[in-house]
Amino acid sequence: MLLRKPNALDGSDIPSSEITPRKDYEAFLQEQRSRRRFLTGAAATAGVAALGAHSVGSLFAPEQTVHAAGKLQTVPSPLTTHGEQLTSYQDVTTFNNFYEFGVDKSAPAHNAAGLPTRPWSVHVTGLVQKEKTIDIDSILKLHALEDRTYRHRCVEAWSMVIPWVGYSLSELIRACQPLSTAKYVQFYSYFDKKVDKWWSESYIDWPYSEGLRMDEAMNPLTLLTVGLYGDVLPNQNGAPVRIVLPWKYGFKSAKSIVAIKFLANQPPTTWNDMAPNEYGFYANVNPNVDHPRWSQKTERRIGLPFYAQRRNTLMFNGYGDFVASMYNGMDLRRNF
Amino acid sequence: MKKSTLILLKTLVWAACLIPAARLAYGAVTNQLGADPTRTITFMSGLAALRLLVISLAITPARQLFPRLSWLIRFRRLLGLFAFFYASLHLMAYVGLYSYFDPGTMVHDILKRRFITVGILSWLLLVPLAITSTTGWIRRLGGRRWNQLHKLVYLSVCLGLLHYWWQVKTGVLAPLDITLVMALLFLARPVLAWRRRRAAQQRA
Repeated sequence: MLLRKPNALDGSDIPSSEITPRKDYEAFLQEQRSRRRFLTGAAATAGVAALGAHSVGSLFAPEQTVHAAGKLQTVPSPLTTHGEQLTSYQDVTTFNNFYEFGVDKSAPAHNAAGLPTRPWSVHVTGLVQKEKTIDIDSILKLHALEDRTYRHRCVEAWSMVIPWVGYSLSELIRACQPLSTAKYVQFYSYFDKKVDKWWSESYIDWPYSEGLRMDEAMNPLTLLTVGLYGDVLPNQNGAPVRIVLPWKYGFKSAKSIVAIKFLANQPPTTWNDMAPNEYGFYANVNPNVDHPRWSQKTERRIGLPFYAQRRNTLMFNGYGDFVASMYNGMDLRRNF
Repeated sequence: MKKSTLILLKTLVWAACLIPAARLAYGAVTNQLGADPTRTITFMSGLAALRLLVISLAITPARQLFPRLSWLIRFRRLLGLFAFFYASLHLMAYVGLYSYFDPGTMVHDILKRRFITVGILSWLLLVPLAITSTTGWIRRLGGRRWNQLHKLVYLSVCLGLLHYWWQVKTGVLAPLDITLVMALLFLARPVLAWRRRRAAQQRA
């Protein structure tokens, strides 16, 4: 049974005490940015010693500095989620599952500093008119960048509310000109043993890979994400470009994408390959289908006091109005 | 060993055993337990319990290998009780922070989630050991029976490690280090026993 929640996105079920007033959010953004500029400066200074002479130059080139702590030009989006208290920038950027940079959730914030986000390009392959490589700067210019706040539900039963920046993945897919035979999309994350030195903390078959059915990838909610809190993505959050799927468990939202492949058949995906009984290919947020080792009925919202953290998990994470119809007639217990 | 040395060493061991609790308390007061304090408290207390159990299980092989270290036995009860303290803290974190003291949630979890089932069992096995850790109980039970009862610690440790492995995501190797150390300590026992038997035969 699909739970229809007409007010899922307008947040009318959220107590007004939990809503962050706009001016507070603006003030908060201001504070976060000035703090981060300071931190980036410190990090750059510390990093210089470790870098070769030729990268020192690019580190201080003006356009590079913009990318390192860049505020993005954004426009509002009708697809944003209102009425949720945002998870703090601090929590969003220090509590990450990015196993290439360590399995501890606080590790990527330290370890991902070496991820080379420039130059960066995304390789488009498979069932397309013409294979090509798209540069990150072209991706940034392809479409207006939108502010999109989404709830984020991890399969581990914690959740956040994150103001992402990006645009619908469908815009990029159209630019990729897939053939009509393409029914699935596969994403590959960046992987280099010299950079992702923590890869051996788990026995995952790297590189990380995720996949979607074509209609899921084309759904307007599916966000090609380049920033959060109005700035470029911090490395630990999947810089410079990642996918965000608010109605699916977080692991479907592949980080640091280097390749997009169009396929006729369902691709293998990292966690589904690791433990098919625990992580389904679809991985839609569903309170009625438990993980074999824990309940998915409730979740803990990060950043709230512990007595206020626990809340009921919503079907499709509350985005049923946008996505439920894609799964009509499917047994969501079997296709979990 | 001189009495003053023993008191000094015991104080040091007490202080060392209290480090994880002190770190948690300091983190809680200064708001430095990370984005998910509930998880930090639960994880740190569980890890401290397992580590202390490992150290307490290292004492017997260490004494057999190096007879001059036989005084280490005086610290085993202390380490074991601190392990029980952290295991209880870990359990309380689950009961209070995760389950909000709701019996329905806990019963459901214990029956349905195997990692919680073995975790609870591991703690339950430590309870009689903590109760009978006093000198009075050793006398009441008699050395042999007391020793037999306290063999339960092996089962408790194994269940504790299983609890750790079943809790982490498939593919995560975080519990590997402590598992290998534990395996080494388990293997050391038959090996050292064999060595002792051989030495006895040579003397005979």
